[in-house]
Amino acid sequence: MTTTFGVLRFPGSNCDDDALRAVDVVLAPAGSRGRIIWHKDRSLGDVDAIILPGGFSYGDYLRGGAIAAHSPIMDAVAEFAAGGGPVLGICNGFQILCERGLLPGALIRNESLRFECRDTHVVTSGRQTPFTRGIAAGAVLRMSIAHAEGRYVHPDPEALWRAGQVVFRYATPAGEVSADANPNGSVLGIAGICNEAGNVVGLMPHPERACEAVLGGGGQDGRAIFESALAGGGAA
Amino acid sequence: MKARVYVTLKAGVLDPQGQAAKHTLGRLGYGEVEGVRIGKYIELTMDETDPARAKERAAAMCEGLLANTVIEDYRVEIEPEDADGADGAASEG
Repeated sequence: MTTTFGVLRFPGSNCDDDALRAVDVVLAPAGSRGRIIWHKDRSLGDVDAIILPGGFSYGDYLRGGAIAAHSPIMDAVAEFAAGGGPVLGICNGFQILCERGLLPGALIRNESLRFECRDTHVVTSGRQTPFTRGIAAGAVLRMSIAHAEGRYVHPDPEALWRAGQVVFRYATPAGEVSADANPNGSVLGIAGICNEAGNVVGLMPHPERACEAVLGGGGQDGRAIFESALAGGGAA
Repeated sequence: MKARVYVTLKAGVLDPQGQAAKHTLGRLGYGEVEGVRIGKYIELTMDETDPARAKERAAAMCEGLLANTVIEDYRVEIEPEDADGADGAASEG
């Protein structure tokens, strides 16, 4: 049984091919397929899950993700999400989902004012989503970040936490959430969240860059995120 | 008709850009500066003659795209059409 991921491509996306490779090549033996969907399309076609990849859609004009959030294809994504379809936003894709209102909160300039590009560790909260089914609560994943606007803010972060919508938090390699492990000043060290229903997930770290031994210091912790979404996923 | 839109970070949202500018102003000798908040100024040229309607539409544009109301506030001012257009005097939103 195969699972088909649609990877959206906006002008300025630059992790689209990486994400496509993860789901269409790296995980192909596990029954994963992927194809690119153009931002001007109005239909997603026959896909099982959607990935909004990282990059600088529309040059980050106005705010990161603000213009892409209103691309023609995003109406179809909103409809897909409303119907319970799995949607994963990575980095700029996370920003787009927030700007569209499919995820709560916003991502603003890093506290350091710098573009932060480095390995981070995130600890999983255990919230069950299509992209974390195969990941145990408390599991620590090593994935890289590369962003200038990744500081997550929310009007009531404690409520978000209580609602179980926090999926990933920046942590030490041992899984301890701490200010030192927080690369951008995100509230509660939030690296990834989901919507209330749990089918829409956004995160700043790049799982697609942590899928192959040849990349990123050899870590493959990102694979579990895509594997979770495969048909019958979560067995990993 | 022209609309002037000011988009600013909400009070309480940390503005590291403003902090950096404040720091540098201090180094330049402007020690009296106690705070800097950086926002955006947007000018809309609209095919619209009714100031009230122009303001209403501009506010809707802010809600829909120009501002992210999770983190930003906005204010709309309508510029009078011409010197005689006292009716369209700048208004606050």
